[in-house]
Amino acid sequence: MSETMTIIFAISVMLAAVGGAAVLTWFERRLLGIWQDRYGPNRLGPGGILQVVADMLKLLTKHDWVPPFADRWVFIFAPTAIVVAMLLGFAVVPFGPGLHIIDVNIGLLFFIGMTSLAVYSVLLGGLASNNKYALLGGLRSAAQMVSYEVFMGLSLMGVVMLSGSFSMQDIVESQRDGWYCVSQSLGLFVFTIAAIAESHRLPFDLPEAEHELTAGFHTEYSGMKFAMFMLGEYLGLILISCMITTLFFGGWLAPFGATWLPPIVWFSLKTFIIICFFVLLRAAIPRPRYDQLMSLGWKVMLPLTLVNLVVTGAVALWMQGA
Amino acid sequence: MLAAQHTTSHNIIYDLSNEFGADSFVIQNTADHTPTLWLQADQLHAVLRFLKPDYPMLYDLFGIDERLREHRQEQPASDFTVVYHLLSLQQRAEVRLKLATREDRAEVPTITNVYPNANWYERETWDMFGIKFTGHPNLYRILLPPTWEGHALRKDHPARATEMEPFSLNETKQAAEQEALRFRPEEWGMQKSKDGTEYMFLNLGPNHPSVHGVFRIALQLDGEVVVDAVPDIGYHHRGAEKMGERQSWPSYMPYTDRIDYLGGVMNNLPYCLSVEQLAGIEVPDRAKVIRIMLAELFRISSHLVFYGTFVQDLGQMSPVFYMFADRERLFGIIEAITGGRMHPAWFRIGGVAQDLPNGWDKMVREFIDAMPARLDHYEKMAMQNSIIKRRACGIGQYTSQEALDWGVTGPNLRATGVDWDLRKQRPYAGYDQFDFEVPVAQNGDCFDRAVVRIAEIRQSLRIVRQCLENMPEGPYKSDHKLTSPPPKEDTLHDIETLIHHFLHTSWGPVIPAGEACVPIEATKGLNSYHLVSDGGTTSYRTRIRTPSFPHLQQIPLISRGLLIPDLIAIIASIDFVMADVDR
Repeated sequence: MSETMTIIFAISVMLAAVGGAAVLTWFERRLLGIWQDRYGPNRLGPGGILQVVADMLKLLTKHDWVPPFADRWVFIFAPTAIVVAMLLGFAVVPFGPGLHIIDVNIGLLFFIGMTSLAVYSVLLGGLASNNKYALLGGLRSAAQMVSYEVFMGLSLMGVVMLSGSFSMQDIVESQRDGWYCVSQSLGLFVFTIAAIAESHRLPFDLPEAEHELTAGFHTEYSGMKFAMFMLGEYLGLILISCMITTLFFGGWLAPFGATWLPPIVWFSLKTFIIICFFVLLRAAIPRPRYDQLMSLGWKVMLPLTLVNLVVTGAVALWMQGA
Repeated sequence: MLAAQHTTSHNIIYDLSNEFGADSFVIQNTADHTPTLWLQADQLHAVLRFLKPDYPMLYDLFGIDERLREHRQEQPASDFTVVYHLLSLQQRAEVRLKLATREDRAEVPTITNVYPNANWYERETWDMFGIKFTGHPNLYRILLPPTWEGHALRKDHPARATEMEPFSLNETKQAAEQEALRFRPEEWGMQKSKDGTEYMFLNLGPNHPSVHGVFRIALQLDGEVVVDAVPDIGYHHRGAEKMGERQSWPSYMPYTDRIDYLGGVMNNLPYCLSVEQLAGIEVPDRAKVIRIMLAELFRISSHLVFYGTFVQDLGQMSPVFYMFADRERLFGIIEAITGGRMHPAWFRIGGVAQDLPNGWDKMVREFIDAMPARLDHYEKMAMQNSIIKRRACGIGQYTSQEALDWGVTGPNLRATGVDWDLRKQRPYAGYDQFDFEVPVAQNGDCFDRAVVRIAEIRQSLRIVRQCLENMPEGPYKSDHKLTSPPPKEDTLHDIETLIHHFLHTSWGPVIPAGEACVPIEATKGLNSYHLVSDGGTTSYRTRIRTPSFPHLQQIPLISRGLLIPDLIAIIASIDFVMADVDR
């Protein structure tokens, strides 16, 4: 792609991601509604999709307020950090063959780095609010996200070993013989759980934990700054679904040789199904306690990841030898 | 039932007379035949200690302002009376002790050292009557704000705003009110720091998603570990007991609905039973069965709300919607029968408001046929979930002995392995005619409290089915002259009934002087209305004993050393309603 094309493509990806996140707020509520024997927002526009516009108008026109007791600049910076970090993460996503903003040889590391930055947003938001509920939420998020970071990265190393590259396009290409969701099922399992913990969504929404900490780290946030947190969360959801598609479900590769659909459609379809899975997961599973989450992380997930790493490494070596 | 109680009542009076001498008590006859003895303040502790092995639970403790009461035959002189109501599980019996005090020296010794749950009751009595309990560890106001002037349930305290000076708030008063709100940990019995650790104080409530109403708990935290938790109640206090002294007997009915606002007509039942006991009204069979059916439907409704919110507070998002949808179906039936939904106020003194409508049986049958399969489904979804089990098992545990000490009744008591349900132990209102089991669990933790309630839903369905299949024919209201309002159909044929009808609706029936209190097994535990009639058209004193009040008092004991999420699980598992606590 030429430089201009890349810029245009980057802007359209950004708009699509933000738009997707906005639509996702409606889509999630509708899907949850149907799952829970109720309607969800169904009044505005066809199927209620214009609810997104109404919500945006409402959030945009809300009083932009910073509590007098809060640390003003950090308070404002926190919600922007998550949005920026998540949007940057989209830079390495391969939407189709050759269809990416940038394909660097450390693409996967870049993605992990960007999602790690999101923890600052939650942590700083919690600390800057100068509110006890927010503080508890911030503390929880620091511990939770830092620990799940560890094996979120490690769980992907199996994929890297098998494909022999950190480049996203290479990883997709290497799945032509078979998706990694089979050979790396353990890695997929661990990564999915770690990803939910990273995006702090319902089973692992302990930093927010409505029933315990009212709204946790964003208790003091309202209006657009609150919307930024939500936007960041939904962007994270999309990004992580994109990553699962790319790393474990063959990215833009068509299944069963069904190439009559363009690769980008296959990519979107797979991502969409994974998003639905995350939404339904939210409807189904209760929230573990904070210490239970931590012991699950360190006592179950980490050993599992290490076992996966060792076995994958041994198999990869053996196959090389053979 | 009454005969059985008579023998125990004679026994206990006999035993007490043997131990302390026959002339140390004055025995009062009450309409409910509960042995009632007046004693001297200096005997109180000795008598209570003598009774405690047999009567392990302090069921209720309250005051009566006797200064304007006219019909006090055979009772010692008293301005303010303190009433101690004890309950024996084994003997299925109660005993009531009364202490007389004079207005100028309204003081009695505390009994917190004998019955620990007397703490809040004594604070309430101090708050409402200004009766001092000497030796009480923290005799502060509990329901009214600390800046309140006067004692609200005294007869000379105004009952409505129109009896008072217009309200005004000047700057000094405002400053004083705000100063009274300042949180000082020492006043709540908490330390600011210990061994160099500075504690964090978290104000959970009065508005918080998980406190189920307006309920505040001041938390002393070390990280997320609860070092101490002090409940603060009174935000939902509406003076329901004071209103009872103003409303006529039948017109108080709608107020009872709003005590345990999830219990609907279940609240009408103890009030009706007490008034009927005072008036000597026998309720016809059809009315009895209708009452039981409605009460059990409301038990199901209340337990469904519990079920949904319990798992919701443990972070599971969906079940609450299924349970509320079921409750909505149930409300459809309630609405068809009574015309109301949450607060039908549908029972009447001597019966119910109307006969059942045509087609009620079809609706009820559809509901009770569909429910068991749904409950199985919910069981799989929520109670068998391993995360729910890990969150609830072993959390907030207490023993049967602790439960009795703290006045815990209902499902929360049965979760500790005590097989005691008033419907079985001392059947009231016709429950002896029904075949059902009393679900019991063993561990007394959050999980078991839920298990008991869910099993109770199934038993209630069983009772409702028996009502459905054996609904007797006959009148839905008694023909006693104090039935209120009297059957309207008769008024057009009978001048006497017409006069009664006119007087009852314009003025209210005159209920004979006396005292009665008939406990029932309500949705959350034992609930009763201790009614004192002075032979007028209103109650002289209405004392509402609710199950949630003592349940909350126990929260600090079972939550110390746990984490905040555990505290939330405990609050959810207790199943309280703030209106039921504060009244």
